[in-house]
Amino acid sequence: MQLTGAEIVWECLIREGVDLVFGYPGGAILPTYDTLSSYPQIHHVLTRHEQGATHMADGYARATGKVGVAMATSGPGATNLVTGLATAMLDSSPMVCITGQVPTSVIGHNAFQEADITGVTLPITKHNYLVTSVEELAFCIREAFYIARSGRPGPVLIDLPKDVQIATTEFHYPTDEIRLPGYRPVPEAPEDKIERARALIRSAERPVILAGRGVLLSGAMDELRTFAESTETPVGLTLLGKGCFPEDHPLCLGMMGMHGAGEANHAVQEADLLLAFGMRFDDRVTGNLATYAPKARKVHIDIDPSEIDKNVEVEVGIAGDLKATLQEMMQGLEPIEHSDWIKRIARWRDESEDRELLNQVLQSPELKAAEVVHDLWTLTGGKAITVTDVGQHQMWVAQYYAHSPEHALITSGGMGTMGFGLPGGIGAAMGRPDDEIWVVAGDGGFQMTLAELATAVQEKVKVNIALVNNGYLGMVRQWQELFYEKRYNATPMVSPDFCALAAAYGIPAVRVTERDQIEDAVRQAQAHLDGPFLIEFVVEQHDVVFPMVPAGSDLHDMIRRPRENSPSEKEIQP
Amino acid sequence: MTTRSTITALVENRPGVLNRVVSIFRRPGLNLDSLTVGRTDRSEISRMTMVLEGTKADAQHVMRELNRLIHVITVEEMNGTPYVTRDLALIKVGATVENKSEILQMCGHYRARIVDAAAASILIEVVGEEPEIEGLVGLLEPFGIIEMVRAGVVAMARAEHVLDTHCESSSWAEQRRSLSKAS
Repeated sequence: MQLTGAEIVWECLIREGVDLVFGYPGGAILPTYDTLSSYPQIHHVLTRHEQGATHMADGYARATGKVGVAMATSGPGATNLVTGLATAMLDSSPMVCITGQVPTSVIGHNAFQEADITGVTLPITKHNYLVTSVEELAFCIREAFYIARSGRPGPVLIDLPKDVQIATTEFHYPTDEIRLPGYRPVPEAPEDKIERARALIRSAERPVILAGRGVLLSGAMDELRTFAESTETPVGLTLLGKGCFPEDHPLCLGMMGMHGAGEANHAVQEADLLLAFGMRFDDRVTGNLATYAPKARKVHIDIDPSEIDKNVEVEVGIAGDLKATLQEMMQGLEPIEHSDWIKRIARWRDESEDRELLNQVLQSPELKAAEVVHDLWTLTGGKAITVTDVGQHQMWVAQYYAHSPEHALITSGGMGTMGFGLPGGIGAAMGRPDDEIWVVAGDGGFQMTLAELATAVQEKVKVNIALVNNGYLGMVRQWQELFYEKRYNATPMVSPDFCALAAAYGIPAVRVTERDQIEDAVRQAQAHLDGPFLIEFVVEQHDVVFPMVPAGSDLHDMIRRPRENSPSEKEIQP
Repeated sequence: MTTRSTITALVENRPGVLNRVVSIFRRPGLNLDSLTVGRTDRSEISRMTMVLEGTKADAQHVMRELNRLIHVITVEEMNGTPYVTRDLALIKVGATVENKSEILQMCGHYRARIVDAAAASILIEVVGEEPEIEGLVGLLEPFGIIEMVRAGVVAMARAEHVLDTHCESSSWAEQRRSLSKAS
C-alpha cells in the first residue's frame, strides 16, 4: 500500500495504541494535519500553547501509564515543547512528541520557522530522531514508542521534515522485535548482589525503605507492601513516590526531604540501613550529602544503572526491575521484627503531631491552605487524582492529601515546572474520564498556562480546579522570609478576578474565604459534570510550609512549625 | 585531584552520534583532551577513544552518562588492564642545509619518518605514545616548528581483553541499516 509520510504517521500511531493526540498545527506539520480527518480513531485536542500540549501528554501518561503524544509545527512550535520535554525527562514520563520541520533541502539555511529542535532537545529527551527519508519513518516511530515506554521511561522527539510527510512509499508496519545494540532497558539483577542485600537486611536494626516513583513505574506496590510488612520496615516516600505505599499504613513515614515529615527525616538520619527502591537521591530528598544518613549502610535498586552511586555511594547497588528484584529478594528472607525502632519513630511522630497546624487553635481567622487540602482530601475520600502545580500548595498537597496506588500524586517533581498543573490535569482527566480529578494550583503557576482553560471548555473536560490564591509567589516569598531578610522583591502578585475570568470562559466558579464554605464549594464542583469547575480559595498570605530543611543543610536540621503559642524555633536534635 | 582517563567506546556509525557523545562532556564543562573516531572491522560500528583531563568522579560521571545513550554500545575506561596507546603527529619544521642532518638524527631516535622535504622545510611523521611525541616536539622546537597536527590518541587493551564488535545482530537492526543506506 503506497502511503504518504503524513498517512504513515497516523497509521503508526494507531498501531501503537494511540487514540488521543495533543497538538497545535502550523505550516511545517500541515501535511500531517491535512490527513487527520481520514483517521477517526484519533481524537486531536487543540491546545492553546504547545507547552500545554506537552504537559497534557505528560499528565495523560502519568495517569494511564500509556505513552502520551504531542504534536507541533517547526520553529516556535517546536521550541515551545522544550519545557514540557524537560519536565517529562526528569520525572521519567513516557511521551512521544512529533514536530514538523522545514524541508530537508533547506535544513540549516535558517528557513522560515526553522529551529534545530533535535539539537535543542538532545539533553532533555531520552532519544530523538530527525527523519530524513520516508522509508525509515515507520521504523523511527515504532522505535520511539519502544524507547519511550521501556526501561526507565522518558520523552522521545521525532522531527519530521515537510517533504518527508509528502513523499510516498510502500507502507508496511515493521513488526520484528526491536533489538538495539546499545540499549538494554531492563538489566538483570545479579543474584549475588541480591544475596548481599538480604544479608544486610537480616542484620539491620534500624532499616528504612526510601520508596520512589520507580515503585509505581515497575508496578511493585504489592511487593513493597509485603516486603515492608514482613520485615517491619518503615517506608519514607519521595514526592513522586507518593501513592506507591498506602499513607494510612502504620509503617508509612510520609514524605522525606526538604518539606518532609519530621519522623521521616529523623528516621533516615538515624537508620542503620537504607533500602532505596526506585528513587534517585535527589538533593531535595537528601539535603547535605556529607551528613546524609551517616550511620546507614545502603542498598539501592533502580532500573537505570546510571543512578547507582551517582549521588550517594552504596554498599549494594542493584540495577534491575524493582518488582522482579523484590520478588526474588523476598524468597529466602524470613520475617523480621523491629519493634524498638518502630517505637522510637513513634516518638518523632508524636512530636510532629504536637506541632501540627491542624491540631492547633489558630490565632488568625484567615483560611489556611493546609485546611483547604486536608478538607479536599476528606471530601473526596482520598479517591481523587490530584494534579498540582509547583510551589507551596504543591508541598501542602504532598503533606495533607494521603495518596494511594490507584490515586497517586501527579506533579512536576524533578523539574519543578510552574504551569504544569492545569494542562497536566486536563491530560490526566482525558486519560481517566471516570475518575475525579482535582488540579491544585497557586495564583502564580496557574497564570502561566491558564490559556488552557479554553481547551478544557472546548473538550468539555471534567476537571476541578482548586486555585489557592495567596497573592504572592508563595514559595519564593517563603525563601525571602527565611533566608533573604524579608526582602520581598518581585513576589507580591496582582491577579485578575479569577471567578470573573472563569465566567469569561463559561466556567462556573465560586470563591471561598472561610473554612466552613469549603464543603459546599467542593460539592458544587463534584456535581458539575459538564466541563471544568473552578474554586478560588483565598488563603492567608504569609503562611510558610513547615518543616523546612534549608537548601544544602543537614536533613535533620529542620525549621519546624512552632508549638502552640511559642515563637519559631529550630528543633533540638533528638 | 586531576588525572588523565582514557575511555574507549563502541558506537553505532550513524549521523549525530558524535554530537551526543561530546554533549556528555560539554554539559558539566569537561574538556576532552583528545578524541578519535573511526570505523571498526564492521562498517556499522565505530570506535572512539576519548582522553579526559579531570577527576576520577568526572570520569565515572562520563562513563555513566555515555552508557545511557541509545547509540553507544559499549564503554570502558582503560584502567586496570594493560593497554597500548598511539598518537600520530605531522610536524613541519624549518630546515637549512646546515641543520638538516641534525634533525634527521633526532628523527632517527624517535623512529620518525620524513614524508616530505622542501627547500626550507621538512615534514616529519611520528607515531608513538604521547610522551614520545611530546619529546620529539620539544627537540624540534629550537629549529622552528612551522605547523603541526596530531591525530589524537587511539587505545587498545593488550592480550585477551577486547571491546567486542561482534555484538549480536538483529533483524530489526539489519532492516534499519538497509534503509538508511538506501536514503
